[in-house]
Amino acid sequence: MKRMPWHIAVFLAPAVLVYSVFSALPLLDTLRLGFYATTDTGSTHFAGLSNYLTILTDPAWSAAFWNAMWNNCKFFFIHLLIQNPIGLVLATLLSLKGLKGARHYRTLIFLPTLLSVVIIGFIWQLILSPLWGVSEGLMAKVGLADYFAPWLGQESSALITLALISVWQFVGIPMMLIYAALLAVPEDIVEAAHVEGASAWRIFWEIKLPLILPTLGLVTILTFVGNFNAFDLIYSVKGAIAGPNYSTDILGTLFYRTFFGYQSQVGSPTMGAAVATLMFLVILAGVGTYFYFVQRKLTRYEL
Amino acid sequence: MKTHKISQPLSSAGVHLVLGGYTLLALFPIMLILINAFKSRAGIFDDPLALPNAETFFIGGFEKVLAKSHFMLYFGNSLTVTLISLALILLFGAMAAWALAEYKFRGNRLLALYLAIGIMVPIRLGTVSILELIVKLDLINTLTALILVYTAQGLPLAIMILSEFIAQIPKELKEAARCDGVGEFKIFFQIILPLIRPAVATVAVFTMIPVWNDLWFPLILAPGEETQTVTLGVQQFIGQYVTDWNSVLASLSLAVIPVLIMYMIFSRQLIRGLTSGAVK
Repeated sequence: MKRMPWHIAVFLAPAVLVYSVFSALPLLDTLRLGFYATTDTGSTHFAGLSNYLTILTDPAWSAAFWNAMWNNCKFFFIHLLIQNPIGLVLATLLSLKGLKGARHYRTLIFLPTLLSVVIIGFIWQLILSPLWGVSEGLMAKVGLADYFAPWLGQESSALITLALISVWQFVGIPMMLIYAALLAVPEDIVEAAHVEGASAWRIFWEIKLPLILPTLGLVTILTFVGNFNAFDLIYSVKGAIAGPNYSTDILGTLFYRTFFGYQSQVGSPTMGAAVATLMFLVILAGVGTYFYFVQRKLTRYEL
Repeated sequence: MKTHKISQPLSSAGVHLVLGGYTLLALFPIMLILINAFKSRAGIFDDPLALPNAETFFIGGFEKVLAKSHFMLYFGNSLTVTLISLALILLFGAMAAWALAEYKFRGNRLLALYLAIGIMVPIRLGTVSILELIVKLDLINTLTALILVYTAQGLPLAIMILSEFIAQIPKELKEAARCDGVGEFKIFFQIILPLIRPAVATVAVFTMIPVWNDLWFPLILAPGEETQTVTLGVQQFIGQYVTDWNSVLASLSLAVIPVLIMYMIFSRQLIRGLTSGAVK
């Protein structure tokens, strides 16, 4: 059979072209720009590692960077420790045999995931607002009125509250992925264990959980990439300043401010590129770790 | 025999309590906004949990949003950007996936790997250079800029899912067509494309949602009044009318309602796509 290379090229060209021009090359160019500096006239010149030295060692810059980094880590750990376990519990319950209405539960719980982060952010901002008093009123009904506080406005709790809002919105993703993995567990293994007299509890811990570990790994890395690239929620609820007092600043908002400037500080594309490069390295480290430890056991996801 | 797993250790009632409770938690905030969007200011504050009644029913918020913002324009922009990006991603993605799955050529695996990088590395990290490029191409404040960037963003995952799917198509189908002298393009467009429709649905789901909801690129590449998407438009509108509760609630509802309607129609396909895509 004749296989002329030109038709292969025609099939590949549009995708490779658009992807290269608008995704891969800009990414590479950003990594390059991180080594340049912008002068007051707007021209750029090679500056070696000086941007990175500034970000990591200049007191004003490094405080902001490490604050954003640390906040981002907290943001991720809250997701990891709350979103994924809740997703696992919901998926496990949904996959129970003979459960009535499983489809409806699944559909409804997944709903918030579809909505824009911006819309979700505003909705929760209203609900948690002391001005409206919905949360306070609800808490009063169960006798917890004294525990209400303007969580989104306090330095000590704003970041945690935002992370929980994000968990609330995105719990549908781990739920769906784990649910699908649980359905794929071969029925005969479970049946055999049951015949051997294993309890449902033991079947879950010793058969199902090990089999869905790759999915838990996938969920974790998806969450990691999503969190270290997050921006929309913080920006819409707290603005680019990520208040109060930068307590909700994460790498995405820091990147935005560095690039576009804010208040008295002038934005800098090259400094922005340096921050983006650091974000890239963080994400690369996470993805690398994932592939090193998890992917080896997981043949189906390989490409 | 089939019911043993649910009988112990968790009783069926307990399971429904947990799932029902969580469902309530997932829906409550959205319902609350929708209910109060149809109430007067007094109704909103006096009893937020009450449904609108004859006394509190008020749609002034919606009238104001539609009058003061170009909501229908934003909606049209979002629809244009999402649908065109989706069409391009599916067409270009399927073509590339077919080439990678079907033909053996030098650099095949390397090219697949190059395209796969975009699945894990967020396109946002290249924003500095993307903005520069869009300015150079004189595409700033155009929907074209958004469409090009979203197409680039969606292609990697589309290619991965579609090539997995194409690889499963029986060889006989293609070989038979080739024996009859059918050209490669005809094979792709008339035999393969119709066959991969189920996978196309999965890809559509994964691709559409992030594009429709994105704030970042509309904010940076197309913030002009004429090209705002719903997400950006609502974000800006609320920033302006933050103390006007009727307008804020109405604009949030206007952003939510179309998605709810779409979800009601397509939820079954969407979830099937999600779960089958995940098993792969």
